[in-house]
Amino acid sequence: MKHQYSFVVSGLVQKDFKIRYRNMSLGMFWSLLNPLVMMGVLTFVWTKIFVNNSIPHFPVFVLCGLVPYNFFTLAWATGTVSIVENAGLIKRVPIPREIIPVTGVLSNCIHLLIQIGLLLALLLAFVGGPNRHWVWLPFIWGMEVIFVCGLSMITAAVNVFVRDTRYVVESANLILMWLVPIFYPFDIIPAAYRDVYQFNALAALVMAMRNILLENRAPASSLLINLTMSSLVMLGVGLLVFRQLSTRFYDHL
Amino acid sequence: MTAITFNGVTKSFAKHPGRLLLRDRIAHLLKPDRKERFFALKNVSFRVEKGEGLAVVGPNGAGKSTLLSLVAGLARPDSGTVSSNGRIAALLELGSGFHPDLTGTENVRVNAALLGLSRKKTNDLFDSIVEFSGIADFINEPLRTYSSGMVMRLAFSVAINSDPDILLIDEVLAVGDQAFQTKCFDKLRQCRREGKSLLCVSHAAGMVQELADHAIWLDHGELMLAGSLRDVVAAYEGSRIDASLRP
Repeated sequence: MKHQYSFVVSGLVQKDFKIRYRNMSLGMFWSLLNPLVMMGVLTFVWTKIFVNNSIPHFPVFVLCGLVPYNFFTLAWATGTVSIVENAGLIKRVPIPREIIPVTGVLSNCIHLLIQIGLLLALLLAFVGGPNRHWVWLPFIWGMEVIFVCGLSMITAAVNVFVRDTRYVVESANLILMWLVPIFYPFDIIPAAYRDVYQFNALAALVMAMRNILLENRAPASSLLINLTMSSLVMLGVGLLVFRQLSTRFYDHL
Repeated sequence: MTAITFNGVTKSFAKHPGRLLLRDRIAHLLKPDRKERFFALKNVSFRVEKGEGLAVVGPNGAGKSTLLSLVAGLARPDSGTVSSNGRIAALLELGSGFHPDLTGTENVRVNAALLGLSRKKTNDLFDSIVEFSGIADFINEPLRTYSSGMVMRLAFSVAINSDPDILLIDEVLAVGDQAFQTKCFDKLRQCRREGKSLLCVSHAAGMVQELADHAIWLDHGELMLAGSLRDVVAAYEGSRIDASLRP
């Protein structure tokens, strides 16, 4: 049964991946172009217009924020519309429904891996070699994937009943660009707001990435615990909400 | 042993499924109206024993497809119970899950997974699926280059080769040309001989003649008659002739 589950998910993820890249003449290059352009623009704005030279290696610093942000927003948006866009499967093929939003999230992981590759390459070229704290990277990325899966299950299920949900998600993603420390460091956030940031799994991830990659130190254990807890709670709540609502999908699609 | 049991099943849908935008939701909260409901099935009971073939006949909108969705576990009844024993292959809409940009091979693999085949089974059965479909020459071309008949052939081959205990078939036997249809019927008859249960839906009673022993006749969600295929089909066709003779 478990094998079957993974066979279906891997089949659907491969399907999404093939479809996406087969229709792009430049293929994987697109996965690199977007973060590179954003990195260039943000670096220009924050080093030439609002001059702020307190942050060394600003392009890599920005990319540490952009890569998780890109994955999070893309995966969440894909996950949210997944049920409505796969109405054909939901109404005609008896498979566990959770598979669909999870597939939507996971199909962005290849995109993510390419961007992580870019980030690590720039890091090695301009900042310095790997350190032993890199072993934390797979863990914190895994937590982000879990968090987005949970969140997407909730929004995907709600989107079946209230179709505006996807636009709410799109707006939330735009707001996150500013509320996640992408182009500013965590240290300059006033103390009163810092605790809230730690529960934002995306902000926590960006902070942990910078600890590891730019500051050569392991993330604080309180940060790791918060990241883990919020991800697992989100997955649990997501599954509960999704299971509850999925019994009525057929009638509303 | 019983393969499928329907016990007093009622299924209804909201008549205006329009309330899908936030605006409508809020309006509904402020001023609730009584939802009008459309009853697709009203208190329907029947059973399919293991190895039995049951045909569901009835005009369009009788609730036949809803019935199949309930058996497949895609929808839930308002009241009553639906239960089944064994692995189900639902041939409800051939090629749900097919994608035009993927090649035949890729589509076969994804679809096999969706139908519940394991990775190993898929590899083992791949050749026989392609052979049965009769389109081996095009199997590595993208699906969008196929004719609709070829797509249906491929979809049917995957489904029929997935070795289910219970087969649900919704009007899908109008597949491909005459030769392929004959091949499909032979395969379905073979499934019956192997002791598989079959539940098929048709508004053309002739199609199901050879595949089922029993039948039920649905009309506007109500079970009109259940019994041997011959009796039920005769009564159903008789009613249609009556209706067409009425001024």
